[in-house]
Amino acid sequence: MSNPTPLDGPGLEEGKTMVADAPAAPAPGREGRRRHAKKEAKPASLWTDAWHDLRRRPMFIISVIIILILLVMAVWPSLFTSIDPFDARTCDLSAARQGPGPGHLFGRDNLGCDLYARTIYGARNSIVIGVLTTVLTAIIGGLFGIFAGYRGGAIDTLASRITEVFFAIPSVLGALLIASTLRGKYNSILLVILALSVLGWPMVYRIMRAAVITAKSQDFVVAAKALGAGSGRIMFRHLLPNSLASVIVVATINLGTYIAAEAALSFLGVGVQSPDISWGLMIADARDRFITAPLPLVFPALFLSITVLAFIMMGDAVRDALDPKLR
Amino acid sequence: MKKTSADVLPAGGGSGNEPLLAVDDLHVEFHTRAGVVRAVNGVSYTVRAGETLAVLGESGSGKSVTAQAIMGILDMPPAVIPKGEIRFKGTDVLKLSERDRTQVRGERIAMIFQDALSALNPVFTVGWQISEMFRVHRGMSKGAAMKKAVELMDRVRIPAAKQRVHDYPHQFSGGMRQRIMIAMSIALDPEVLIADEPTTALDVTVQAQIMELLAELQRESQMGLILITHDLGVVADVADKIAVMYGGRIVENAPVHDIYKAPAHPYTKGLLDSIPRVDQKGQELYAIKGLPPNLLSMPTGCAFHPRCPYRQENCVTDTPPLYEISGTRGSACHYWREVLDGERQ
Repeated sequence: MSNPTPLDGPGLEEGKTMVADAPAAPAPGREGRRRHAKKEAKPASLWTDAWHDLRRRPMFIISVIIILILLVMAVWPSLFTSIDPFDARTCDLSAARQGPGPGHLFGRDNLGCDLYARTIYGARNSIVIGVLTTVLTAIIGGLFGIFAGYRGGAIDTLASRITEVFFAIPSVLGALLIASTLRGKYNSILLVILALSVLGWPMVYRIMRAAVITAKSQDFVVAAKALGAGSGRIMFRHLLPNSLASVIVVATINLGTYIAAEAALSFLGVGVQSPDISWGLMIADARDRFITAPLPLVFPALFLSITVLAFIMMGDAVRDALDPKLR
Repeated sequence: MKKTSADVLPAGGGSGNEPLLAVDDLHVEFHTRAGVVRAVNGVSYTVRAGETLAVLGESGSGKSVTAQAIMGILDMPPAVIPKGEIRFKGTDVLKLSERDRTQVRGERIAMIFQDALSALNPVFTVGWQISEMFRVHRGMSKGAAMKKAVELMDRVRIPAAKQRVHDYPHQFSGGMRQRIMIAMSIALDPEVLIADEPTTALDVTVQAQIMELLAELQRESQMGLILITHDLGVVADVADKIAVMYGGRIVENAPVHDIYKAPAHPYTKGLLDSIPRVDQKGQELYAIKGLPPNLLSMPTGCAFHPRCPYRQENCVTDTPPLYEISGTRGSACHYWREVLDGERQ
C-alpha cells in the first residue's frame, strides 16, 4: 500500500485489511472506529454491519424506493390521482375499454372506469394483505418456534407434527378451501389474511425453531442461565435476537408471495370482492376480453409483478447482508 | 413481593464451622440411548469463605459436570441426580424449587466459563450485558446500572472502561473478554465463584494475569473459589487445596503443597511426572499410559487400574474408598503408602 489515500474512500472493499494504512491515513471520527473494528474481520454488530452492507447494494436501494412509493400509494392514493374509483359517476360505460388518453392515463376498463385510479387504489388492499399476513405469520410462527425450540421434548414434537400437516396442504389450494368455506361470514380482506396466515405460519415456525435450537446450545445461553436469568429472559433477550435474522429474511421474501397469493385468490373469486379493489380482482375482471383489450389486465399485472419483485429483492438483499457466509 | 435470594437462603456469614459450600456424595448420571453414563460417582468436597479449591482432572473426569450440578444448569433430562447433596450454608440447593434456584444463581453462586467469546451474547454490547445483572437482580435503572458496569470493568482492569462499555464482545481480545465474563459473574458479589477452566482458551501470559485478577478479587471479597482446571501450573500459585478427579470420583484431595511434595495417588503422580521440566531437556516426556475410561463401561474395581503402574490383583475387583491419610488429606488408592513413599519412576 504505497499510496493509501485513493483507497481510503467508501468504495474500499470489505475484506481488505486496514492494518497497513491505518497510521498513514487515519479516517476521522465514527468512520475511523468502524474501520478499526473491521480489522478483526468480524461485524461491528449484526445489525450495524448488515445496514452498512445494505446501503451499498443497488438492488436493496432500488427495491426500498419502489416499496416506499407503493406504501405512499397505499396510504394516500389521492396524492396520485384526483379520480375516486369508488364513485360510480367517474365511470362511463359507453367509453368502456377506451385506450389511454388525456385524463385517463391507462385508459378505461370493462365498465368504463378509470384504470389508472383503480390500479393506484388497488395497491392498498394488496399491501395491507401482504404486510398483515407477514406480521401475523411471523408472530404466530415465531412464538411457537421459540417455545418449541427452547423447551423441546413433547411440546416440540407435538408442534412439529402439527406444522407437518400444514406443510402437506398446497397453500393456494388450502387458502381456497378456507376462504370459500368461510366466504360471506367475514370481511373478504380479513378472510384472505386469515386463510394465508393459517397456512403460512408453519414455515416461520420451522425456521425460528431451527435457529433457536442452534442458539440454545451456545455457551452464552448457559452462561446467562448460570448468572441467574429466568426462562423468559433467556428466550426473549438471548435467543430471540440471535434467531431473528433468519426469520426477518424469510418474512420479507414471503411478503411478496403473499401479495401474489392474494391476487391468485381474488382471481379465483374467493379473495377480495367487488366493490373493493385489488390487483388480483382487476386481473380476473379483465381476463375475458384480454385479446381485444389487453391493457386492463396488463397494468394491474405490471404493478403486481413490480411489487412482488421489490419485496423479494429486498428480502434477498437482507438475507445476503445478514448471512456472512453469503457475502 | 418478589422473592430475593435472602428469602431462599440464609444471608450473612454462615454458622461457625459449616463450610460455605459442601458437595456431599454427589452422583450424576446421563440417561442416553447408548446407556446410562455415570459421569459423577460420589464426589464430596467443601469450600470455605476465602478459600480456593482446585478441581483437577482430564476431560470426562466429571469436574465440569459437578460444577454444573452445583449451578443447576444441567439439562435434566438427560441428566439425573440420583443421590447426593449440595449444601450452600447448610441448605440443600438440590431440594429448592427451580424458581428459588434461579434466585441463587448469579446472586450467591456464580460461574465463569472457559470460552468467554461464546459465553457472551454476540448481539449486545458488553455494557448492556454487565448492566443487565443489576437491572434484573437489583431493579436498577438503565443509567445507574450502566454506571455500575463501568465501575466493574474498572475493577477487572479493563482500560478505558468508559469508552469500551459500548463495544461488542468480539471487539475485545481473549483476555479482555474473560475479564468481562469475570465482571459479570462478580457483579452481584456472589459468595461462591466457580471458574470452569477460565484460562484454557488464553495464552500463557494472559493466563497468569487472569489468575492474578481472580486471586485478588477473592482476597477483597472473601468469596469461596472453585477453580476447575486440567492445568497443574495454574493451580500451584492460587489454590489452597486440590481435589483430583478421575472417572467421576475424587481420587485424591489434599492441601496444595502436600500434593506437589508427594502425591498419594498413582494418577496424581502420573500427572505431576508428565509436567515438562527444564532439567529434563532432551529426555522423553513421561505420559500416563492408556486412555481415559469410557464412562459407559467403567473398569471394575479401581477405575484407574488399567493404567496404573502400582496395580495389584485386588485393584481389579475392589473399589478403593477414599482412605484418610491425615486430617486434611485422602487418597482413593489401596496402595497409597507405596505411592507416597515410592521413588519416582
